[in-house]
Amino acid sequence: MKLDDPNLKRVEPPKLTLFEKTYLPQILGGLAVTGRHILGAAVGGKAITVQYPEEQHVPSANYRGVHRLNKDEQGRVKCVACMLCATACPAHCIDIVGATAPPEWDDREKYPESFVIDELRCIYCGMCEEACPVDAIELTGLYDLTGLSREEMIYDKTKLLSVFDMTKDAEPMQSGNPPATLALPTSPLEPGGPGPRSSSSADMPSRS
Amino acid sequence: MATWQILVILVKILVIVGLFQGAVAYMIMLERKIAAWAQDRVGPNRAGPFGLLQPLADGAKMLLKEDVIPGYVNRPIYVLAPAIAIVAATIGFAVVPFGPVGSDAPTVNGHAIEFQIAPNVDIGILYVFAIGSLAVYAVILGGWASNNKYSFLGGLRNSAQIISYEIPLGLSVIGMVMMARSLDLGEIMSWQEQNGLGFIPAWGILVQPLGCLIFLISAFAETNRLPFDLAEAEQELVGGFHTEYSAMKFGMFFLGEYLHVITVSFLMSILFLGGWDPLFFDLSSNGWIPAVIKVGVLFFKVFLMVVFIMWIRWTLPRFRYDQLMNLAWKAMIPLALLNLIVTMILLQIFRGIG
Repeated sequence: MKLDDPNLKRVEPPKLTLFEKTYLPQILGGLAVTGRHILGAAVGGKAITVQYPEEQHVPSANYRGVHRLNKDEQGRVKCVACMLCATACPAHCIDIVGATAPPEWDDREKYPESFVIDELRCIYCGMCEEACPVDAIELTGLYDLTGLSREEMIYDKTKLLSVFDMTKDAEPMQSGNPPATLALPTSPLEPGGPGPRSSSSADMPSRS
Repeated sequence: MATWQILVILVKILVIVGLFQGAVAYMIMLERKIAAWAQDRVGPNRAGPFGLLQPLADGAKMLLKEDVIPGYVNRPIYVLAPAIAIVAATIGFAVVPFGPVGSDAPTVNGHAIEFQIAPNVDIGILYVFAIGSLAVYAVILGGWASNNKYSFLGGLRNSAQIISYEIPLGLSVIGMVMMARSLDLGEIMSWQEQNGLGFIPAWGILVQPLGCLIFLISAFAETNRLPFDLAEAEQELVGGFHTEYSAMKFGMFFLGEYLHVITVSFLMSILFLGGWDPLFFDLSSNGWIPAVIKVGVLFFKVFLMVVFIMWIRWTLPRFRYDQLMNLAWKAMIPLALLNLIVTMILLQIFRGIG
């Protein structure tokens, strides 16, 4: 748009009166605003912050907090030591030592003999969760992750499994509880869905 | 001077210094509370009931923190600067009347007990300003002794600010001084009490509105409070003159600043808000009960002023340095001079007629 464009609308700042040029009315208005807030919080109890130790903040469902290692129905660790999470991790904070699975575990060849996550290095990006083919590693909503030493913040297999025990009721495993969008019978995006496909589905980007 | 008079003065000094330094601790808590409320937060509420022990926790932290003195500083001056800040702020209280003085004062065995550490100082207000301006030494010496470019520039900037605002601060009270025909703070107060028109009091804020406004604005700048607290603008200006100070030495600068806030609130209450004039009833009688009520009224006004200063802090944005200087030299000093001239002319006219 050029400067002499007839469609250009020029907006002049409002002319201030002498009184307004002293900024006193604006200052008084500002004082009224802050005064309202001060009285509201001090007298009216309108403080909007969460009183943390007494009130726990509930993060949204896709919050990424401390990791957990999921267990299957028989209480065994779900991980098959495929190293995909460790490979996907951009911060290189996952350290897995795989071993041959015991003979009675007929559904897999390997299991993690040790599974260590350095929670101080982790950037909580969730790529390990994305990479895992068997939904063994998940990020929970636990956010108050504290420790008195660096060693305390390095989570081994026992600790990661105990996080699962701690959170399994509040946050059910994703594989055991598929998201509602996948269960919609008429979803046009579902290739194997039972519903009739609409003609517009051809225009939809296909899922790869 | 009799021994008991010296004792009375010592007791007054102990009470006033102890009271105000204790008040400073709670002012910091009040400041934090008001800051929180202005932002819809709750504020410190962990230490003790309603967080009332927070000042103790803060004080313990100040004392127990590691006190770092960098190797490159000029040690004697570096240590001296925070002490100057505190001393300059404390001795200003000597002439501030916090209760009845002179003939109004209550008596014990026929001897008047005056509520002022140094009563009958004719140059009261000059003394307060002279002492108040000593604070600039703390700033500039602290900045210089830190041997650090940022601190030095911060000290220069801040001392330029304090000195600039000293001028309108001084000019703004001259109108009041001319009307009351005295530099004694007690006299100025009793003039306001005695010269009202019926139920309208002759408070400074009504007879000298422009002077009151200029005094208020300059007082904010003098005490380094927002919107003039460039010295403390940590992120933008690397902390100013106290970058190299830690623990209690840093705390002393702030103790000085808060004491300064109390002094300024006293001056504001005495000069422009009628002092201990309770407005709705007459307290001209002598005796202990009216005296105590007067002290209470004055302290209440001071408290309101302190709250107002903190309230302003969360309302106005900080000035840029050139704006700050422009305001002082191009707006406040001419306005203060104008106020002075108009007051002078009006006084001549009315006194000439009367």
